[in-house]
Amino acid sequence: MTDNVNMKLYEVFLRSRRGLDHKHVGSLHAEDQEQALEYARDVYTRRGEGVSIWVVNSSDICASQESDCESFYDPLDDKPYRHATHYKLPDEVNSM
Amino acid sequence: MIQFDSKELSSSELEGLNAHFQERIDAEEKIEPKDWMPEKYRKNLIRQISQHAHSEVIGMQPEGNWITRAPTLHRKAVLLAKVQDEAGHGLYLYSSAETMGITREELIESLHDGSAKYAQIFNYPTLSWADMGALGWLVDGAAIVNQVSLQRTSYGPYARSMVRICKEESFHQRQGYHILMTLMEGSAEQKAMAQDAVNRFWWPSLMMFGPHDAASAHSAQSMKWKVKRQTNDELRQKFVDQSVEQAKAIGLTLPDPDLVWNEERGHFDFGEIDWAEFDRVVSGSGHCNRERVAHHRRAHDEGSWVRDAICAYEEKKRSREVA
Amino acid sequence: MKERDIDQTISVYALRLGDDALILGHRLSEWCSNGPFLEEDIALTNVALDYVGRARNFLNYAAQLRGNGSTEDSLAYQRDCRDFTNFLMHELPRGDFAFTLARQYLLDEYEALFLAELLKSKDSDLAGIAAKSAKETSYHLRRSREWMLRLGGGTDESHRRLQLALDELTGYTTELFEMDDLERDLCEIGVAVDRSALFDRWFSAVSKTFAEANVTLPPASWAVKGGRIGFHTEHLGHLLAELQYVQRAYPGCRW
Repeated sequence: MTDNVNMKLYEVFLRSRRGLDHKHVGSLHAEDQEQALEYARDVYTRRGEGVSIWVVNSSDICASQESDCESFYDPLDDKPYRHATHYKLPDEVNSM
Repeated sequence: MIQFDSKELSSSELEGLNAHFQERIDAEEKIEPKDWMPEKYRKNLIRQISQHAHSEVIGMQPEGNWITRAPTLHRKAVLLAKVQDEAGHGLYLYSSAETMGITREELIESLHDGSAKYAQIFNYPTLSWADMGALGWLVDGAAIVNQVSLQRTSYGPYARSMVRICKEESFHQRQGYHILMTLMEGSAEQKAMAQDAVNRFWWPSLMMFGPHDAASAHSAQSMKWKVKRQTNDELRQKFVDQSVEQAKAIGLTLPDPDLVWNEERGHFDFGEIDWAEFDRVVSGSGHCNRERVAHHRRAHDEGSWVRDAICAYEEKKRSREVA
Repeated sequence: MKERDIDQTISVYALRLGDDALILGHRLSEWCSNGPFLEEDIALTNVALDYVGRARNFLNYAAQLRGNGSTEDSLAYQRDCRDFTNFLMHELPRGDFAFTLARQYLLDEYEALFLAELLKSKDSDLAGIAAKSAKETSYHLRRSREWMLRLGGGTDESHRRLQLALDELTGYTTELFEMDDLERDLCEIGVAVDRSALFDRWFSAVSKTFAEANVTLPPASWAVKGGRIGFHTEHLGHLLAELQYVQRAYPGCRW
């Protein structure tokens, strides 16, 4: 057997401290989830950068494509009323 | 992943995509993995990122050469952590390259067959403990100048790994400088050892920035695509300027009689690099060219049965789960 | 024992534990840039770093008790082969990946038990070092145990290499569980760990893993020992030649 070309690719997400979201930090190769989790610990938290790790098999991620952009995001451009800045307040009102 | 096949596009469509791509770059927007990009941009980036990744990984060897001989336990821990960081940086960079649809295995193959390059400085041997100081101070110092600039490179994954790498490398240069500083406070032999290391590594460090702008094959296009943000000569000048003071502060002499402050330019003038020496090392006559690749190949080959084993184990586990 | 004697005895004990960590850390550090793939190279180096750190903690404490200007570095760099008191298993060359991980697994199971006991030592310095080390070891053990399963249950080749490693290692496990007077005395006053009492739990843990990995730790028909009295294999001298080279070549310098 020589086919070790395809150790799976995993994406790594770290929660850097409690109260924050997990954030994508990079990827690595591993053969199963457990191993991916341990390598994520060894590779991406060498300086104690995290308190919680997620690993996800890259091929399990469903991603939008650039060709989706027009239909996905452009329709959201015309709803300024969803943003607080849309509403002008009297000068006396400092915050709302 | 959608593969954009440029051949299927008409020339006017292609022109439109190209224009849109360049607009994006000009507007300082990042290019992300699934965006359309000119094939040449992709190739150019894979070449640059993989060369960068290989440099990190091959760069483990000259310093790894001294891990078991570090003269104190503190130095040993620091050096071990540093060389491990280089492995991490290689990994981040391979990952960025992989977002462009090439595998790590393919990248390693091209390192082994010689079609991919790595920084020529790692073909120089490390002969004394002081070389750990010179490598950290000068070689990492030069690399950091380059990498700080690359944090603004146009390809998103590459830029993000640069940010991470720069953050981690800040201690690398300092630990090297600290090694030299300690030697320069020591015995006459130690001082000579430090000066000798700097003598050997100074010029190769300047070569790390690559050929002069006028002679650089990839420079102009890379600047237009904002893959590179500053030219080879600009970065080299920056490195020279910062090194002069640092050398002086601990009593080291940089081995260049032409090194002199130029009031008019606001920079140090320095002597011409021996490009014949550069070509000689790049083309295979450095002390360690063959050894570096052979070492990597050996470790990779020796690891082959381990990689096979974990794949086979996983395969068996999966089929047990199915059954 | 008089207080001064107790201190010196504890110093010897800390030195033994420091030597174990130093020598194994050295062997592990040899893997840096030689791992089977980058992720594992980085992971193994983390283990090596833990051991170098552990060595410093124990040696520092030994030096402090010893006095006379001893430091962690004078202990690591200025003693010769006969003065080193690490177990023999730690000094064996790194071998292939199966050998390194098999040794690591055998020692991780041992360390996990040992440190859990040392945590309770009446010597608060030793207990403190044990507390830090125990956390590291529980991660090392998780890794090395998984590797036993992967290598044992992977390919024929990995299975063969793992079994070969265990055949080579088995005779070095005996001395892990043999006590001498010094440690017995310290054990009586609640400072040291009774290693002989750890064997059964250790053996049942490794047997369980090896059964799952479909390999065996051959019953010890041979046992090489002597680490604790400085009766070493020939490998240690070469290791020290490398480790101590700079300090030996340029004595009396700061680095």
